[in-house]
Amino acid sequence: MEKETHSRRSFFNKLWLVLGGLAFAEIIAMMFAFFRPRKTELSEDDKAAIITAGPVDNFEPGTVSAFVAGKFYLARLEDGGFLAMSRRCTHLSCTVPWVSAENKFICPCHSSEFDIRGEVANPPAPRALDLYAIEIRNNVLSVDTGKLSKRSVFAQNQVTYPKKT
Amino acid sequence: MNILQRIRLSVFPDKQETNHHKHGRGKNFRSFLLHFRPRSVPERTLKLSLTWGLGGMAVVLVFLLFGSGLMLKFAYEPTPGKAYDSIVYLNNHVPFGRLLRNIHRWSANGLLFIVFLHFLRVFYTSAFTAPRQFNWIIGLTIFSAVVLSNFTGYLLPWDQLAYWAITISTSMLDYIPGVGTGLKEWILGGPEPGPQTLINFYAIHTAALPLVLLFFLPFHFWRIRKAKGLIIPRSPDEDPSVKGDMIDSMPHLIMREVTLAVLVLAVILLTAMFFNAPLADIANPGLSPNPTKAPWYFMGIQEMLMHFHPVFALLVIPGLLLFGLLLIPYINYEANTTGIWFCSIKGRRMAVIAVFFATLVTVAAVLFDEFVVIANQTGPANMVSNGLLPFTVVLVTCIGFYMLIKKAFSATNNEAVQALFTLLITTFVVLTIIGVWFRGTGMQLMWGT
Repeated sequence: MEKETHSRRSFFNKLWLVLGGLAFAEIIAMMFAFFRPRKTELSEDDKAAIITAGPVDNFEPGTVSAFVAGKFYLARLEDGGFLAMSRRCTHLSCTVPWVSAENKFICPCHSSEFDIRGEVANPPAPRALDLYAIEIRNNVLSVDTGKLSKRSVFAQNQVTYPKKT
Repeated sequence: MNILQRIRLSVFPDKQETNHHKHGRGKNFRSFLLHFRPRSVPERTLKLSLTWGLGGMAVVLVFLLFGSGLMLKFAYEPTPGKAYDSIVYLNNHVPFGRLLRNIHRWSANGLLFIVFLHFLRVFYTSAFTAPRQFNWIIGLTIFSAVVLSNFTGYLLPWDQLAYWAITISTSMLDYIPGVGTGLKEWILGGPEPGPQTLINFYAIHTAALPLVLLFFLPFHFWRIRKAKGLIIPRSPDEDPSVKGDMIDSMPHLIMREVTLAVLVLAVILLTAMFFNAPLADIANPGLSPNPTKAPWYFMGIQEMLMHFHPVFALLVIPGLLLFGLLLIPYINYEANTTGIWFCSIKGRRMAVIAVFFATLVTVAAVLFDEFVVIANQTGPANMVSNGLLPFTVVLVTCIGFYMLIKKAFSATNNEAVQALFTLLITTFVVLTIIGVWFRGTGMQLMWGT
């Protein structure tokens, strides 16, 4: 008889523990959901983020043009190919200015340097500058700033070339 | 009794006799005090050279920060469009607005500095031994909360200084494998600082962290009471079991505390009157100022970032250091040094050697890396040559230093651990000083301004 009460009591104690744990887990899960970054709103913006840069011939080979609204640089390499690069340093996200006198991107925060292809010329940056997709249609160039792709080094297949006419 | 007398009696119930005016009020005050201060304390713990009043100063600054912060809440608007303007308006048009902001800013910086000194004091008097082990952990928690409070408050003015310091500080999280980027976006409420970041930081700064402090500060103090007061200071040859006399807190302890509080208030007020809290131009996400620096208390880490691959500068080294700090009270020590400054005369000498060694080696290593290694390196930072290799060199230096100095002085592990701690703290301080004062345009090393 006594044993029965004991086991009943211990059963209820365990039950309370399990229910309490469950409630606690629910609250934690709720908090996680509540605090999740609001990504859905951002992606709506991103979809509309195709920026028309202009006709291909506007850009001289060997130059870099800044697009403030799209937060990217458009670099035209010496061989005529294009790269659209994020202006954020891959080291710690500072905005990297193009220093045309030195033909380099030089980060003011930790003095990382990148060449015109976004390739790291000087550490501490660990990766080449991030890329945006480029599309050339009827000789007009547009950049999709919604899609950021990371790369560790420069490779030839990252470059977009205008169709030879 | 008329109504006024009856009201007064309801406030001070045991003050029946009006002719014992002074005595009665003092008694009331005293019994009120006993709710949070002990009736008596060991006389020897009152010595200024034990605590330097650092804990008390920190408490005064916390009160000052709560008060001034509460008032600033009435003037501040936490949205990117309005935050900066509301600070400018506070500075230029609200009576005493600038003074209030200055008080808050300098108290916050002062608190960080005082808490750091308090941390050093507790370490160098071996005040973390049983039964105070867990209070060391609580103290580290409070220290972190103070750093985070400073950090989250740094963003709120939404000026160039704030925006970029937060950008680079939070981008550091990207280097934590797996969860880092998620954590960063969780804190920022998006991929880069924006309106959600400001709301997050505002809520953390003005509600979450104050709550953490309100919980852990009384916990910290309660553990001191449970340990029967502070450690008893003693010279190396004194017997630790001799406790000495107890003495009434009122007036001996309380008056010292009040004097200290008034002094701290005076220093903060004077500083706030003559030095304005910095405010740069409004935040511009398109333009990183040159140089961009983290808040001064993170400059040691930023300086490490100049020399180590981020995985080591942000994860491996700070992780090891934090682990070491948490371990300090739980090491099995050979001697009982509780209450002795620097463990012993020998310990003092070893600590001084550690300071000189660390200063020389750190400066030499920074110069070597800057002018020999980095100057000749091209290409991206490399995990091995910028990470594992220098890290191994540093690790071997630390272990070698520990073993050598322990052997050379035939020291106890108390003294050797203290020497190693001194080595690391000095290194961090030297790195911070280099970062704050010797890095100019483009983060190049420079001499003078």
